[in-house]
Formats: sequence, structure tokens, C-alpha cells
Amino acid sequence: MAYSDKVIDHYENPRNVGTLDKADPNVGTGLVGAPACGDVMRLQLKISDEGIIEDAKFKTFGCGSAIASSSLVTEWVKGKTVDQAMTISNKDVARELALPPVKIHCSVLAEDAIKAAIEDFKKKRESRQQKA
Amino acid sequence: MLKLPIYMDNHATTPMDPRVLEAMMPYLREDFGNAASRNHPFGWKAEAAVEQARKQVAALIGASDKELVFTSGATESDNLAIKGVVEFYKDKGDHIITLKTEHKAVLDTCKRLERVRQERLDELKLMRLAQLTGAPVSRDNLAELSIKHDLDSDPVYRQWAEMPTGGARVTYLEVEKDGRIDLKKLEAAMTDKTILVSIMLANNEIGTVQPVAEIGKLCRQRGILFHCDAVQGIGKVPFNVEEMNVDLASITSHKMYGPKGVGALYVRRKPRVRIAPIIDGGGHERGMRSGTLNVAAIVGFGKAAELARLEMADESVRLLRLREKLRKGIMDQLDMVTVNGSMEHRLPGNLNISFAYVEGEALMMAIKDVAVSSGSACTSASLEPSYVLRACGVEEELAHSSIRFGLGRFNTEEEVDFVIKLMVDKVNRLREMSPLYEMAKEGIDLKSIEWTAH
Ligand SMILES: Cc1ncc(COP(=O)(O)O)c(C=O)c1O
Repeated sequence: MAYSDKVIDHYENPRNVGTLDKADPNVGTGLVGAPACGDVMRLQLKISDEGIIEDAKFKTFGCGSAIASSSLVTEWVKGKTVDQAMTISNKDVARELALPPVKIHCSVLAEDAIKAAIEDFKKKRESRQQKA
Repeated sequence: MLKLPIYMDNHATTPMDPRVLEAMMPYLREDFGNAASRNHPFGWKAEAAVEQARKQVAALIGASDKELVFTSGATESDNLAIKGVVEFYKDKGDHIITLKTEHKAVLDTCKRLERVRQERLDELKLMRLAQLTGAPVSRDNLAELSIKHDLDSDPVYRQWAEMPTGGARVTYLEVEKDGRIDLKKLEAAMTDKTILVSIMLANNEIGTVQPVAEIGKLCRQRGILFHCDAVQGIGKVPFNVEEMNVDLASITSHKMYGPKGVGALYVRRKPRVRIAPIIDGGGHERGMRSGTLNVAAIVGFGKAAELARLEMADESVRLLRLREKLRKGIMDQLDMVTVNGSMEHRLPGNLNISFAYVEGEALMMAIKDVAVSSGSACTSASLEPSYVLRACGVEEELAHSSIRFGLGRFNTEEEVDFVIKLMVDKVNRLREMSPLYEMAKEGIDLKSIEWTAH
């Protein structure tokens, strides 16, 4: 299967690979997918108290398109507000990377990862507020 | 000098040996005759070339030249062997035994024969229900009415159902963890209706070599025909139809350094094995396979067979040494790497390994200068990982992480050195990017996590 230039670029020079401190109250972690299905994405977002995404890191087990999808969304979410990030859809990712139909699930996973990370952050904040 | 890209996918196909191409050339140019033209020198020359090739291929497998039928390749040979036997011996029985790890050319042929039988049984049920109810029946109410009239214990229907259907019942045997058949399971599956056992010589993904001689012996004792898809093992490991009691064997030229689109089916003469043709026409190949022979390709196939026979002993030693170098080079430098399939009973050029926590397609993309295959779902149209690895009990996750190397005649030591270094670099790079590797290193049990399957 031939890959688009953008997939190859993100795959060969992935942006923002890495790990943020899970214990940091400002870090939300999204872990989506399943090893048995051949792809797992972990997206971590560092979100300021004002709701701005200050940093994003990912690690992905999956094919080239899955790696490229996660790399792309880390670039997109940085500097955005949580609400803006929530509007990123898999279609945007698929279009930007010119994913073929069999790879659409990779972009779906990237969207899910953003939502899961934000969800995790919100949960953390709630439990913090309850304690306070 | 190392030339890129490097071809290490010799189970998919092999490059043509230059000596093969040379042998073919005259038959693509001036010696273009039809081997069936009996009344002029063009035809005679073509026929002589075909007959020489037939001898060369026969010599490779210990057969007589009269026992070979040229085909378009092993897919056709597998179809012809199985469908041909089922049709010819339909009055004797209709049960086939095969393996879950066979090539699709065998498995899907068996599946079609099962469908044919099922459709025939449905027709019989419709006829019987029409008799019993005197009312119109159709496939829509077939299931419902079958239960209502308890057709399964209806003596008339049961008698009809015992008549030949033109299809077959099939047992797909499990393999052991190392990919090998358990002969006791094979024996236990044999019934008085079993007419054919179809088991391959060597597997195309994991290179596992089956105990063909023992299988042949067992089949012979029980009076059951034995078909062997010998495609991957021929010219790599010993294969002799006499010593191994093989009744039918499929071969293809393009996996042994010959041209594509040509193969053969070996059909035993003593004791005589009969098959019904699946292609009708001018009655070529003693009526078993009509169609004008592809003379140039057959000549190339013959030459390739001769080279395989003469060079197999040396070549397999060399390939085994390269394969072991590749295996050790990778395994000494990377942890959490497992070999799939038996190490003991394995094609010398095959290495199928899973690199845990790295996905196969991503790895192939990383080593784009090296042509290999993966059992990862991502490389196929379906989203299922390799059915062969799954049948050997390899977990889905590790099936997704598998790479198949197929070393061949033209691979060099220098290439192997290059590939070892590349694999180590790229696996390490992808593991740095893998959340699973990080979690495993932290001691997290990945099985304890509730994954969101999609
Ligand atoms: C074990 C086995 N059987 C059959 C075939 C089909 O052979 P062909 O490509 O000649 O139709 C192959 C090759 O793909 C194979 O590996």
C-alpha cells in the first residue's frame, strides 16, 4: 500500500513523542485501542488551569497511519482550548493525511484519544475540587 | 556493493535464475511452435522441449514423467487435485481431511466443496418437504419446516442425504503450537468415508515442515489418497513421492526460481490415481488439463527443477547458515522477540518472528529498503491477523507484530548483516514510541487492562 507524503513525514519525523507525568494534576491521559486489534494510542495533554492545552505527548503502537494520526493531533491541539480541541474530528485527520478507507479507524482512534485525555483531565480536576 | 532494495520475501515468489531465462529464450523467439502440432517441425520441437521439462520436473520429486500434468500454477494444481478426486471418487466417499494452516488454494477449495454439499442437501430437503406437505416450500421457510417435520430423523431424507452430493465434508485439523500436525489426531479423524487427505509439505508463513512420509504411510495403510501441496518445500527439503507415498502433489515454478504462471500436478500411476478434469477442451495432458501448453514457461520450469535438484544440498546448507545468522543477530540484540513455528522442522530460508510491542506494518514501513511480509492485519484487506499464526496459538497481539523473512538463492551475507543492523535500530526506535513497551518495562501486566476494542 502506498502512503501519502504527509503520513510518511509524520511517521519518519514524529512530533511530540514522549511521556508526561501521569500524577501531575494538570495532565490528562487518554489510552485507547487494544493490542489485539493492532493499535493502541496514548495521548497526554498538559492543560493549564485556564483550560489551555500547553503541551501534548504521544506514544503509539500501530501501523504508520496510526502513528501519523497521533503525531498530527499533538500538533493540532497545542495552544488550543479544551473546547476547541474537543471539536477536532476524525474526518479532519483523515483528510489532512489522505488516509485510504482501510485506515480510517486510525483517525477515529486519534479523535477518541483526544476525548479520553480531556475526560481524564476533567475527572482529575473534579476529584481535586471535591477534596478542596 | 550492497544494492537496495533487498529482496527477502522468497516465500511470496522468487526471482528467475538467469540460467532459466536463458533456457527459455529460444522458445519465446524462433521456437514458438504449438506442442500439440503433430505434423511439422515447429510442433515437434516444442513437444520435445516440453517432454524434456517433464522429465526434469519428474526427476526432482522421484516421479516418472508420465505422472505429471502441467498447470498454470499451484492454485490450479490444488483445485484440480481436490475437486478432481472428489468428483472421480464420489461413489466411494466424500470426506476430506486437511489442516487449518493450509494455503487458501486448498482451504477455499474445500470450503466451496462444503457449500456444494450443503446446497445439494438443501435441495433434497426442499424436495422431501414438498412431498410431505404437498404445499410450496422455499429456502425462506426451509429451516422452519425442516424442524417441524423433523427431517433429520426422516428415513427417506436420510437415505437421500447419503447419496453423492458432488461436494464434500471437510475436517480442518488443528496444529500443535509448533505448527506441526499430530499424527494421532489425523488417524482419529479418518472414517470409512474419507477419500482424501490434503496436507502441505511446508508452510508458506512459518516454514514448518510436516512429517509427510508418516502421513503418506498412514494414508496408504487406510486406503486414503494423499495430496501434498509441496510448493514451499520443493527444492529446499527432500521430497520424494515414492519414498513418501504421496498420491498427488502440487508444485509451482515461481517459488523455485522459474517463471510465474506455470506449475504441475503429480498424479500417481501405480497404483493408479484418477481425477476428473476441471478444465475441458482439446484433451491436452492426457485429458486432465486442456489448453495449449505454455512452452517457454514449461521449459523454464524444467530448467529450474533441474537446478534445484542439483543444487539443493549445497543451497540449503548455505541458506540455513544465513538464516541462523539473521536469527541470532536479531535475538542477541533485542529482547522480547519470539520465533513462530518449529525451529527443528523448518525450511532453511524461513524466519518468522514477532517483535513484541511493535506493530508489523509500521516495522515494514521502517525497513522499507527490505522487502518482507507481516502477519499483521494491516497488510491484508481483512482486519484479522494471520490465520496461520492464530492456528499455532500465537496471540493476536504477537501476530500483529510478526515479520516473515524468506531467504533465497540470491541473498548474500552482506545483505543479512545490513538487515540485522536495520532491524535492531528500527525495532528500538518503534519501541521508544510504543506505549505498550513502556508499560511492559514498568512491570504493568497488559492483560490486566480493560482495552477499548474497536
Ligand atoms: C503453499 C502454497 N500453495 C499454493 C500457492 C499458490 O501457488 P501459485 O501462485 O502458483 O498459484 C502458494 C503460493 O502463493 C503457496 O505458498
